[in-house]
Amino acid sequence: MPDSIRPLAQLKRQLERLERPRARATSVFATGCDALDVRLGGGLAMGALHEICGRGADDHAPASGFALMLCARASSDKPILWVREDKGERMHGGLYAPGMVELGIDPGQIIVVNAPDTLSALRVGADIVGAMGLGAVVIEPWGTAKALDLTASRRLVLAAEKSGVAAFVLRDGASGFASAASTRWQVSAAPSEALPGNAPGLTRFSLALLRHRGGVAPFDITLEWNHENLAFREPPLLRDIPALAERRPMAA
Amino acid sequence: MRIIALNEVALSLGLGPGMALADARARVPDLETAPYDAQADAALLVQMADDMDRYTPMVALDPPDGLILDITGCAHIWGDEAGLVSDLAARLASAGFTLRLALAETPDKARALARHGGEMLAVNRRTPPGMLNEERVGYRAHLPIAALDLDEDRATALRRAGLYTIDDLAARPRAPLAARFGKSAVAKLARVLGEEDVHITPRRVVPALFVMRRFAEPVAHSDFVLEVIRDMASEAAITLRERSQGGRRFTVSLFRSDGNIRRLTIETGAPTRDPTLLLRLFRERIDALSDPLDPGFGYDAVRLDVAITEPLGAAQIGLDGDVATSEAVNGLLDRVGVRLGQNRVRRFASGNSHIPELAAFTHAANAPQLPMPWPETEPGEPPLRPLHLFDPPHRIEVIAEVPDGPPRRFKWRRAMHDVVAHEGPERIASEWWKRRDAKGLTRDYFRVEDAQGRRFWLFRHGLYGGEAGNPDWYLHGCFA
Repeated sequence: MPDSIRPLAQLKRQLERLERPRARATSVFATGCDALDVRLGGGLAMGALHEICGRGADDHAPASGFALMLCARASSDKPILWVREDKGERMHGGLYAPGMVELGIDPGQIIVVNAPDTLSALRVGADIVGAMGLGAVVIEPWGTAKALDLTASRRLVLAAEKSGVAAFVLRDGASGFASAASTRWQVSAAPSEALPGNAPGLTRFSLALLRHRGGVAPFDITLEWNHENLAFREPPLLRDIPALAERRPMAA
Repeated sequence: MRIIALNEVALSLGLGPGMALADARARVPDLETAPYDAQADAALLVQMADDMDRYTPMVALDPPDGLILDITGCAHIWGDEAGLVSDLAARLASAGFTLRLALAETPDKARALARHGGEMLAVNRRTPPGMLNEERVGYRAHLPIAALDLDEDRATALRRAGLYTIDDLAARPRAPLAARFGKSAVAKLARVLGEEDVHITPRRVVPALFVMRRFAEPVAHSDFVLEVIRDMASEAAITLRERSQGGRRFTVSLFRSDGNIRRLTIETGAPTRDPTLLLRLFRERIDALSDPLDPGFGYDAVRLDVAITEPLGAAQIGLDGDVATSEAVNGLLDRVGVRLGQNRVRRFASGNSHIPELAAFTHAANAPQLPMPWPETEPGEPPLRPLHLFDPPHRIEVIAEVPDGPPRRFKWRRAMHDVVAHEGPERIASEWWKRRDAKGLTRDYFRVEDAQGRRFWLFRHGLYGGEAGNPDWYLHGCFA
């Protein structure tokens, strides 16, 4: 081995040692939807950071609903902490506990931390993500949140790896920023299957996986939330299409 | 214009309070005067009372110019009562105050001695130990009946009866005195004589427990102050453990040598006595201060108050380590609360009301929780309440086919939304039984979905034609 390579190899080993703690954080939580879990290799990682972005300005409520549902899947009845910025609270409205009950989630499990600005939201958020004993953490900086750059997200990732808690960042606008998160999801509302009398039906999302650190290729999927068994599922309509085709009468 | 107060030199020139300013000027042409500012005097008195916190937590104001300190159990830090008195006298004298001090076994007696005892009965820093009022006999002969603070009529009546001093009164049977001059006069006499001990009402709530450290030299280093806080917290923890208690609110008072006092308070979600945790919370608190600690010439005393205590048994850790987990979460919430403010960490509670914005509220996470049940959801129904609620609701423009029908299109935040599916109305009446005029507009709520699948909660404010001529529409929330 030439002399110039030896320090390089040493550095690589050193880097590897620094990066090692990551190997521990391999447990995952399932979304409850088989089609999605199979694609993701079992589910989403605990002890990792996931980014959830609304597609448009009006898609904040679906994005925050999706984050809440993932929290409910990941938390296993432990407390969920939700860090919100005051500006977001004004713009998007306050979290409404009866609405959570309707989604099958116990509001008593959720503790909201109101941060006065983005920086303090991120600072407190990093502290919370690194703490033991929590089920899941959502950090919701307002708007595009320029302060949440690669360094800040890396800090959150390290904290999540240390504590093993599932952390979610909820932000508006899905493109044009770097981040260290394991996955990035784009969420928008999808037309629901109308109930009799043309009433809006169960909560339905159209999701796009934009990036995945584990190498899963981007894909789109439409999911429905079943608040009775707290699980996602693919909309029945899509499942029923082959069944309908089978029942078609044979041409005589 | 009259003279309210004057200094010793002016008194020696024969001037006195209540004298007209013109008369005083005639006698002493080069008199220096300043307008009387009652508020500034009151503020100064409060500031002095704050400073007296270094001697005892029980300080009461005796306006306009008096302070009463209950030093029961506090004097040992200065050796004895005389040590405390001379320290206090030296401290205030060096700040430029003229003092009349008296020390007695009850507050009223001390007050009477200080205000009416004259030069002879008041103590000062030149008073040798052992000459404190307690040991003086014959003080009664020097106290005028004015010390009883009676109204003018009764004081005159007493003087007419030939009773000029407390001594004259004390020798007499009390029942005839009470019959003639009122029960309050006799009660007051008993207090001034020290027979009855009525405790003062301190300005601050007396803490359940306090620990104090005084320094020989002022310290200016905040790390050292934190070390002292840890030391005091450990000492408090021993007492709290003996009482099977933990503290919910802790206050550290930093006494600066120039009289300035800084108080730092932390609150915890669960009772605790762990010095390490307390120190960490105080460190957070100091880091989060908007105006940092200014030690100036240094702090000469630090006190830790445990303001609120609650029962706390010895910690028992379950087999699954549950206690440790919930303690970790509580500790985290306390830390976040100390940094951002306790009212920024919030939990949800059910409001037990059918009015949507009153159906739920949030409260600080460290406040006691009220276990109110949440309303049951209908099985098989989609969510009927939104995840986000706007308070106040947003006014929108709506196009409906008929005035009292469901919305067809609406404009919210400068964008048009076409309604493709709707459910409603869900009619929610106002709480008319709470209103004096038994009115209030009924709301008709609609769950609607637009062409992109976004789901909103709209309402029409008032019934068409009945309650409101042309009712307004509002957007109250967004569904997930």
